Amino acid sequence: MNAIKKAGNAANVFTRSWANFVIKFKWPVLLVTLILAIGLGSQGGMEFDGDYHVFFSKSNPELEAFDALQEKYTKDDNVIIVLSPLNGNIFTKENLTAIEELTAESWNTPYSSRVDAVTNFQHTSAVGDDLYVDDLSYETSLKTDAEILEIKEKALKEPLLVNRILNKEGSVTAINITVRLPGENLNEIPGEVTPFVRNMISDFKEKHPNFEVHTSGLIPMNTAFFESSMNDMGLTMIMLIIVIITTFILTRNIWSTLATLIIVIFSIMSAIGFVGLMGIKLTPPSSVFPTMILTLAVADSIHILVTMLQKMRKDGLNKIDALKEAIRLNFMPVFITSLTTVIGFLTMNFGDVPPFWDLGNITAFGMAMAFLYSTTTLPALMAVLPVKSKARKEATKAGKNWYVGLGNYVVEQPVRLTIISFLVIGGLTYLATKNTFNDEFVNYFDETVPFRTDTDYIRDNLTGIYNIEYSIGSGESGGINNPEYLKNLNAFEDWLNEQPEVIHVNAFSEVARRVNRSMHGDNESFYRVPDNRDEAAQYLLLYELSLPFGLDLNNQINVDKSETRVTVTVDNITSADMIAFSNKGETWLRNNTPEAMHAIGVSPTLMFSKLGFRQADSMFKGNIVALILISIVLMLALRNFKLGLLSIIPNVTPVLVGFGIWALYKAQINTGMVIVFGMTLGIIVDDTVHFMSKFLRARRELGYDAKQAVVYAFETVGKALVTTTIVLLAGFSVLSTSSFALNSYMARITVIIILAALIIDFILLPSLLILTSKKEAVAVEKVKEAQIAFDK
Amino acid sequence: MKKTIFVITALITLGIQAQTPEELGLEIAKAAEQADLGFNSSTVNLKMTLKNKNGQTSERSLTTKTLELHEDGDKSLIVFNSPKDVKGTSTLTFTHKVGSDDQWLFLPSIKRVKRISSNNKSGPFVGSEFAYEDLSSQEVEKYKYKFIEEKGSLVVVEQDPVDPKSGYTRRLVTYNKDKGYRFEKVEFYDRKNALLKTLVYSNYKIYKNKFWRAGTFVMKNHQSNKETILEFSDYDFNVNLSDEDFTQVALKRIGG
Repeated sequence: MNAIKKAGNAANVFTRSWANFVIKFKWPVLLVTLILAIGLGSQGGMEFDGDYHVFFSKSNPELEAFDALQEKYTKDDNVIIVLSPLNGNIFTKENLTAIEELTAESWNTPYSSRVDAVTNFQHTSAVGDDLYVDDLSYETSLKTDAEILEIKEKALKEPLLVNRILNKEGSVTAINITVRLPGENLNEIPGEVTPFVRNMISDFKEKHPNFEVHTSGLIPMNTAFFESSMNDMGLTMIMLIIVIITTFILTRNIWSTLATLIIVIFSIMSAIGFVGLMGIKLTPPSSVFPTMILTLAVADSIHILVTMLQKMRKDGLNKIDALKEAIRLNFMPVFITSLTTVIGFLTMNFGDVPPFWDLGNITAFGMAMAFLYSTTTLPALMAVLPVKSKARKEATKAGKNWYVGLGNYVVEQPVRLTIISFLVIGGLTYLATKNTFNDEFVNYFDETVPFRTDTDYIRDNLTGIYNIEYSIGSGESGGINNPEYLKNLNAFEDWLNEQPEVIHVNAFSEVARRVNRSMHGDNESFYRVPDNRDEAAQYLLLYELSLPFGLDLNNQINVDKSETRVTVTVDNITSADMIAFSNKGETWLRNNTPEAMHAIGVSPTLMFSKLGFRQADSMFKGNIVALILISIVLMLALRNFKLGLLSIIPNVTPVLVGFGIWALYKAQINTGMVIVFGMTLGIIVDDTVHFMSKFLRARRELGYDAKQAVVYAFETVGKALVTTTIVLLAGFSVLSTSSFALNSYMARITVIIILAALIIDFILLPSLLILTSKKEAVAVEKVKEAQIAFDK
Repeated sequence: MKKTIFVITALITLGIQAQTPEELGLEIAKAAEQADLGFNSSTVNLKMTLKNKNGQTSERSLTTKTLELHEDGDKSLIVFNSPKDVKGTSTLTFTHKVGSDDQWLFLPSIKRVKRISSNNKSGPFVGSEFAYEDLSSQEVEKYKYKFIEEKGSLVVVEQDPVDPKSGYTRRLVTYNKDKGYRFEKVEFYDRKNALLKTLVYSNYKIYKNKFWRAGTFVMKNHQSNKETILEFSDYDFNVNLSDEDFTQVALKRIGG
């Protein structure tokens, strides 16, 4: 015990001299920290990356598989422009002409490599020994009504168009622009492609007000990611105002508010410097870091300032003494909470989603800097600023009584409260298991985002947004013309079309059938794959010779003609169903085709579907590490192994409660929510530390019994806990308004968890402290000699 | 003819600005055509190697026969020797100075000649980075010209295709005026006027003391990072082909 006592003393001496030093050298301290903040801030760079690839680590196997497929064929980032003429009929001369014009203009999209529309669809037909391959509708303005009618009939019969480019009724159509981005700078999409497409559409709308226009695709999704990062960055301003108001209400002092503002701004500047120095590109999850840092850093300042002002107002100390006392009392708690918060955020690195690594690292750095500024700049500033001590106020009395009242209520029925608490927690824990993962990326955006509503429109009126791709090999060069291969591919295509979730299938077997039919004078009975390899190869050669620029088969057939790509468009289904569907396809191939044709399903949709599961698996380890580390910090801080162990209960159960309540609210969890355990653990542990340390102090120094000690803890830290909880709730409530679900869901469940943590710390924790203290009441009594707690 | 070349060369070298860049460009194109006049007919074997971004390759081999015509565009006949499943497949093309070309394909598997009634010649030729329009006979009438610059013996001319269905807005052709106006390099700009491909000619040889023929064409697609290499061998200018060798009947005979 002596060693610990010494350590305690040492810590006390250290904090005292720290306070003295900082106040004595207030001007140099101010100058140095100012230079540090500005120096770091000047290194800052805020670049946003909207590419969905950022969500996947380099070693992510789904990403590797998908990139391999794109390398083999073509890389297809796209913009889908969906056109709905108000008269409900695509096939009028005016409407088709407008579509043809927009299609031509779409070719001018920066980096575009291909444009698919109903008008430039390469229609194949045969007259005698002549093979015609041409745009379905070229120079539409010169066509007669009869010709337009013919075009309509052809289009609505075309399996490659219906449910992909055209709906069954012929009332909604799409122009699909494929874009091949060099990926050399971040400005390609937000600075070039998106502005071009938006301009083009607004010109089109002006010229053709009789069309409704919606846009979706991977490029608009990237733009939505990009813009939601910017929007979430904008939340920082709202949070800053909340910080000012909260600090002012809690301290009732303009100078304290100013000092707090400077501290949080320094912290954020430093974090921005970190972003620049590390070359981090901001993404929607990581762009919330300023709000996070604001929320968490402001608590440090408030603790110190409230104590200082209290000492001045109530105990009548002068400014400098009050300041020194505030530092001495708060240094260790602020250090401990900063440490646990940093640990909590750093565990995000265990996950498999890079934007969350960034969020964790930036926030951890910001928090470390916030601790530094709160213990240097803040006291130095307060020493400089003309803070005046005012008359004592009695207003707090009523509040304090309330906390004592709650304390008394709890200590009277610890057993009952424990049982009730465990029943509630148990019930909610059971409910928590009812949550399911769902990372449908369309649902990452709420209905305020046009990308979401447009995408929903497209799904409801034209085609699916989600897809799965299979690269099906033949095992030999040129083997895609092998009739055996074509028959199997055709069977796979048929099987896919039978599946209820499938909206459209694009397979090479369709091309083979179509060309075969044309080679036999458009005879429907030849709408089947050729049964002779040379025939198939030569037909394909002929067909390929007939296709125009940008509409070739390179996106469907590899260089060696040994593999083809099957693209399956599916309805909006949940992540779990998506994975199940992809597996079903893989299994079908294994059971029905030769080995060379076995393939795995890949696509961005599938990558996102698996992201939550992958993140959960990898974060599991991180969460255990966080729990162990934070518990060890607590044991050391409290200098009590048993209470350290006990603290696990109030630290873990809020998360269970949070997910239990979530099951009643949404029941769907996404990748953003996987990180909350480690993150909130670092934050809510604050409550436990404060409560337990006051409890211990009452037992050790004041010789109170467990019940008295609990009431004492309520009396001394009740208000402080409620205050920090309110600040945290405000911060995360601001984040929960984000239109981006990875952020808003994460923030919403954090609000629930932080609130649950406070309730558990006020009800269950004191009950447990009383129950576990009973047996050793005598033993504790003996160790009555005063120990210096780290936070008197 | 030689006189014309001399005059133009003199004009360019002296830098006399009597002509507009458009006129000068056209003169150069005509000079190039002139320089290659009179080869009558030729045959050549051709190995085509397709390379994708990862370096995976695929090969095809072909034989090409060309018949020079003066009133209208040249006639050509291409026979596929490999891959095996398209062996014997051949195309016959009549290029026209004005309007779309005529094209027939013989398919040995069904022993039939099919006419391809397509205006499309901008698509990739058998999956390669060459479009049919890159390989077909370079008739002067198919482009509008504009002289850009002259660097030593190299002259750069911009060529805008007349055909609205072309895949390009323009090409930048580098001629070597000291070597019979042979092509050294062509840069292709796509419909949105972004650099799409570069074709570099190398291993030139002169045949019959007059006709420069490159042994290697390297076409690099800058947008897809794919590449196609053409290697020519066994040029023969003494075959004395005639119109009869470029008919549908001949097509069938050669393929079969």
